Amino acid sequence: MNFWLVLTVNSVTFGGLLFLLSAGFSLIFGLMRIPNLTHGSLFMLGAYFGAALIIGVLGVQLNFWLAAILATAGVAFLGALIERLLLRRLPGDALAQVLVTLGLSFMAADFCLMVWGGDPINVETPAGLGGFTRLGVAVFPNYRLGIIAIAVVFAFALWMLMDRTRLGAMIRAGVDDPDMARVVGIRVSQLFTIVFALGAGLAGFAGIIGGPILSVYPGLDQDMLPLALVVVILGGTGSLLGSFVGSIIVGFIYNFGQALLPELAYFVLFLPMLLVLIFRPQGLFGRQVP
Amino acid sequence: MNAALVRSLALVAAFVALVTLPYWVTGTYYINVSSQILFYAIFALGLNILVGYAGLVSLGHAGLFGIASYVVGYVLAEGFGHAPAILAALVIGLLSTAVFAALSLRATGIGFIMITLALGQIIWGLAYRWISLTGGDNGINLHGRPAPFGLDLSAPSEFYYATLVIFLVTVVAVTIFVRSPFGAALRGTRDQPRRMNALGYHVWAIRFWACLLSGLLTAISGILFVYYTQFISPQTTALTASAEVLLMVIAGGPATLLGPIVGAALVVIVKNVVSGYIERWNFLLGAIFVAIVILMPEGLVPGTARLWRSGWRALRRRQAVVIAGSTEPKP
Repeated sequence: MNFWLVLTVNSVTFGGLLFLLSAGFSLIFGLMRIPNLTHGSLFMLGAYFGAALIIGVLGVQLNFWLAAILATAGVAFLGALIERLLLRRLPGDALAQVLVTLGLSFMAADFCLMVWGGDPINVETPAGLGGFTRLGVAVFPNYRLGIIAIAVVFAFALWMLMDRTRLGAMIRAGVDDPDMARVVGIRVSQLFTIVFALGAGLAGFAGIIGGPILSVYPGLDQDMLPLALVVVILGGTGSLLGSFVGSIIVGFIYNFGQALLPELAYFVLFLPMLLVLIFRPQGLFGRQVP
Repeated sequence: MNAALVRSLALVAAFVALVTLPYWVTGTYYINVSSQILFYAIFALGLNILVGYAGLVSLGHAGLFGIASYVVGYVLAEGFGHAPAILAALVIGLLSTAVFAALSLRATGIGFIMITLALGQIIWGLAYRWISLTGGDNGINLHGRPAPFGLDLSAPSEFYYATLVIFLVTVVAVTIFVRSPFGAALRGTRDQPRRMNALGYHVWAIRFWACLLSGLLTAISGILFVYYTQFISPQTTALTASAEVLLMVIAGGPATLLGPIVGAALVVIVKNVVSGYIERWNFLLGAIFVAIVILMPEGLVPGTARLWRSGWRALRRRQAVVIAGSTEPKP
């Protein structure tokens, strides 16, 4: 009984992390029509930046949350740079943009290996969230419950941003019909930069708060990118609700698959994605994108 | 000298250079590098059929490449001979390609990239985690190369010649394919799928057969690869490997015959030579990728050909001016 309960909490926690990662991936895909293959790298960079700040750079050690904020800002800035300096030069050429993000992901992976080496870095759980909570017979680590809470808060904030603000309305217009959005005076190319920075920041943030449970290691990017891909294909591109539901589903499949069928975990993970591709190519909550 | 004569002379020179390579290249190391270039060129030619001529960019080809290699390793480890191993690798390679194609051809463009990427990752995940079948991270070791017609391929130059023969057959086959009506139809589906459909061509079937041909060449190069390295591990099927071969095609010039071969030579040489000096091969790979996509999107071979042609034309114009001794020709 306890086994299943713990597995469920772990699945929801992982789903929460995946949501932070894939919400940005989904928005970028919806707006710019490209799968951003650097997204896993941004997650890993966020994790490494944060870990470095916590362990200490130049003798300065930072508190977990301060490090998380700085790492997030750094990765968001990097995202804005990638969009401004590289993707901007290849307007409308989706294939070239994908190839550039692929090239960048290799550079990022090798950069992390060069700077931080091949050994995994364990990130300490932030102070105050280290203990356990007892609920009847079951015991839950506080930090995992904390991640769930953070993911819910972010999901709500993103939903408010997309649904209730002017910026959100502009982004939705850009996702639905970029040409028409341009005609009515929305500067869609500016939205590209904003959304890319936002998505990158979210991915970096997910990386650092995932540090204590996943640890930080080379290859983290290649572990996370396919998961984000699966979430977005399941949920549909450009849809927040889709990424939310998709993340929870993938969180469950991933954790239960690892526990019950460790040899075939990957295969089990990609099976629902193939089914969705075959029976509902636009994703569970996606709209048909022309 | 006209262009056709220059072309055929260059072809003959390249052929002679390739055949006599073990005699003028000293050291087994360089012969081995040449063998690598040749089987990677077969791989790149196979991917080029999709990327260049069908307009379908696959990021899962290392998975297919790895399947063929793993089958050879597995069948040999089970105690069978080389002939059944190679045959099984070709058959299973083709069957997996058919499955890959049936799933990925539901989409084109970005959708195709994403599905092939996901399929490649599945293969990688299986190779990595299905330890009872693949040995996991330890991979599978091979012992010995085949000896067809009494020719022992364990020696570097013998292996080089075997690879060269397969490479030349591949080049001829791909040339015939590209110039055939089917090749023309494939290019038609790349440029104008709707019109091709309206003309009565079965666009999906044409793409499917192109995938199979590409998968066949990929399986052949995978078999050569595993006999060359005598070892196969999940790293061979990783996304990095798919990106590497895509870089060969994109760098050399997609939809050309020479492009993938030049690209394969470039990547293998840079990889072997550079890795002797610095450890950061992946960083360089990424940087080359980004630079080529942004600066020379048509690839090195067409890009150089364009520069060459414009230079040639400028030279002729100047000669014409000198002969005529008159005013500057109009630009």
